[in-house]
Amino acid sequence: MSIVRWARGKSPWYFHYETGSCNGCAIEVFALQTPLYDLERFGIMNTGNPKHADLLLVTGCVGYRSGRVLRNLYHQMPGPKAVVAIGVCALTGGIFHDCYNLAPGADKVIPVDVYVPGCAPWPEAMIDGILLAAEKLRGAPVARDRRRLVEEEEPPAGGAGEEGKA
Amino acid sequence: MIPDVTQVGVEQLLTVVQGLAEEGCRLVSITGVDAGDAFELLYHFDRELRLTHLRVRLPKGQELPSISRIYFCAFVPENELQDFFGIRVANPVIDYGGHMLLARESPETPLVKRERPEGAER
Amino acid sequence: MPGQSVIPFGPQHPVFPEPLQLRLVMKEERVLEAVPALGYMHRGLEKLAETKDYAQNVFLMERVCGICSFMHSLCYCQALEDLMGIEVPPRARYLRTIWAELGRLQSHHLWLGLLADAFGFESLFMECWKNREIVMDLCEATTGNRVIISGNAVGGCRRDLEPSVLKEIGRRMDDLERGLDRVAPVFQDDPLIKQRTVGTGIITREEVIRLGAVGPVLRASGVAQDMRQLGYAAYGELDFRPVVETGGDSYSRLMARLGETYQAIDLVRQALRRIPEGEVLPKVKGRPEGEAVSRVEQPRGELLYYVRATGKPQLDRVRVRTPTLSNIPPLVRMLEGCRLSDVPVIALSIDSCVSCTER
Repeated sequence: MSIVRWARGKSPWYFHYETGSCNGCAIEVFALQTPLYDLERFGIMNTGNPKHADLLLVTGCVGYRSGRVLRNLYHQMPGPKAVVAIGVCALTGGIFHDCYNLAPGADKVIPVDVYVPGCAPWPEAMIDGILLAAEKLRGAPVARDRRRLVEEEEPPAGGAGEEGKA
Repeated sequence: MIPDVTQVGVEQLLTVVQGLAEEGCRLVSITGVDAGDAFELLYHFDRELRLTHLRVRLPKGQELPSISRIYFCAFVPENELQDFFGIRVANPVIDYGGHMLLARESPETPLVKRERPEGAER
Repeated sequence: MPGQSVIPFGPQHPVFPEPLQLRLVMKEERVLEAVPALGYMHRGLEKLAETKDYAQNVFLMERVCGICSFMHSLCYCQALEDLMGIEVPPRARYLRTIWAELGRLQSHHLWLGLLADAFGFESLFMECWKNREIVMDLCEATTGNRVIISGNAVGGCRRDLEPSVLKEIGRRMDDLERGLDRVAPVFQDDPLIKQRTVGTGIITREEVIRLGAVGPVLRASGVAQDMRQLGYAAYGELDFRPVVETGGDSYSRLMARLGETYQAIDLVRQALRRIPEGEVLPKVKGRPEGEAVSRVEQPRGELLYYVRATGKPQLDRVRVRTPTLSNIPPLVRMLEGCRLSDVPVIALSIDSCVSCTER
């Protein structure tokens, strides 16, 4: 593989967006950076800016409003990129799948590469999922290609925060 | 089972709430319940760790006077009532127009009880 | 209006772990008005709770919020126990107290870390979260899960703890206190932290009640009100006095939470000393009927559940009033007149939990 591809999987930066569930998973994603789990030992770092990111970590069930924000953030990320859905809510909606305000699963909104189940998943499982996604950045066929939504889809008009005018 | 509940008419609501505010009560929340032909609203107030309640029966379709000029914080539960029950609240301090929590695509007035067909209960 | 601009703060912002938006109406560097825009995390949980039966709802209520999950199920179970006239066995009440205080410990450590992170004080953030792992380990050791610990059932607790486990909790509390002793002086005395928190986001004692503030926000403005004074679970039998600060600024809120962290360690120790023997989960019969209100003190403040039942297994209405919902109006007032650069720290100082708020 080319040196660029090889390097890509070495130090991916992730960007985390909580789409709205109990945020137990979101806090566990935070805990990944801290001394016990220390994701930085793999060269993986958190960034607050989607344009700096290679990986998108999604936690929580996707509601209508947050779905728009999520799609917007995804389209702002430069390629190649991979998406890790963390927690059963991001996978299928989990206990909330019957709620009226939700699309069941993040993969209804953006393409997801790695699924990490659990409520909340163990931090070790999350690390495993993130490393799988890093492999994918190198071009390894680790996950079945589930890109139901085309990459070229136009991002929605307006900024991330145009919804919900007071 | 709830102690200390006072039944209050819609028209006296503002006067009673003004009185509670002057006594230094803290507004805890407003709970709405769909009771068939009317909405039952329960105003929870806290006075030195004791709860006091006002119960208001609001016929469906009638406008609710806003207490947010007395208690600024009431704008949150009042907007919730607008979202969840479609209750029209007269001029709250901040008005989200029924879309504080609900998005454009969300179903309207989700907590209003819809007629269920006979025997569909679970 | 000329000279004014509106800056949307959020929904995705590095200081918030969750999406919350504040629309800031600015005149140069000053905030004239802040309008919260919510709804990014709304699920519709109150509706879902009407379709499941009352015992299943315990699992749903645990997932209102992942940080204070135990308090939500506790408050819900208390409302139902009140409705159905169930006497909770003493051992279960003590276990509930222990788990509730462990929840408070991890939540306050989390918040202290996030605050340090908002200053850019990375090493302090790491230190707080390292201490927090002690509590997370205890949650895992006592229940098998780190986040959603699922300890409650209507009538009591789902599991009992072995004496050896209780002893271990006591031992780890010593570790935790040592760890906290290392970070507490930094929060108290560090000049940089003081510069950013002292005198910002002030809210006075008179305003704070009118604005309906709860929890540490209320107590940091000098109001000694804590739902644990009601004596639910085993709090009535423990030595407890609310932690009160009088400054009303971000620093007082920080000190109130720091004080409560020490207090939580103390409460766990007291509960461990006094826990009686006995059963933890009695048989529950009957169906709930009537209405009940239950309140507990969450890490963020007063949590209120209103439950109405009509004698069917499903409940007629479950209302969840979470503390952040009450702390948003005070936040709006705190932000008026502050500088844009102070907004992140002030916004963080109410310890908002959006997933609770929007349910």
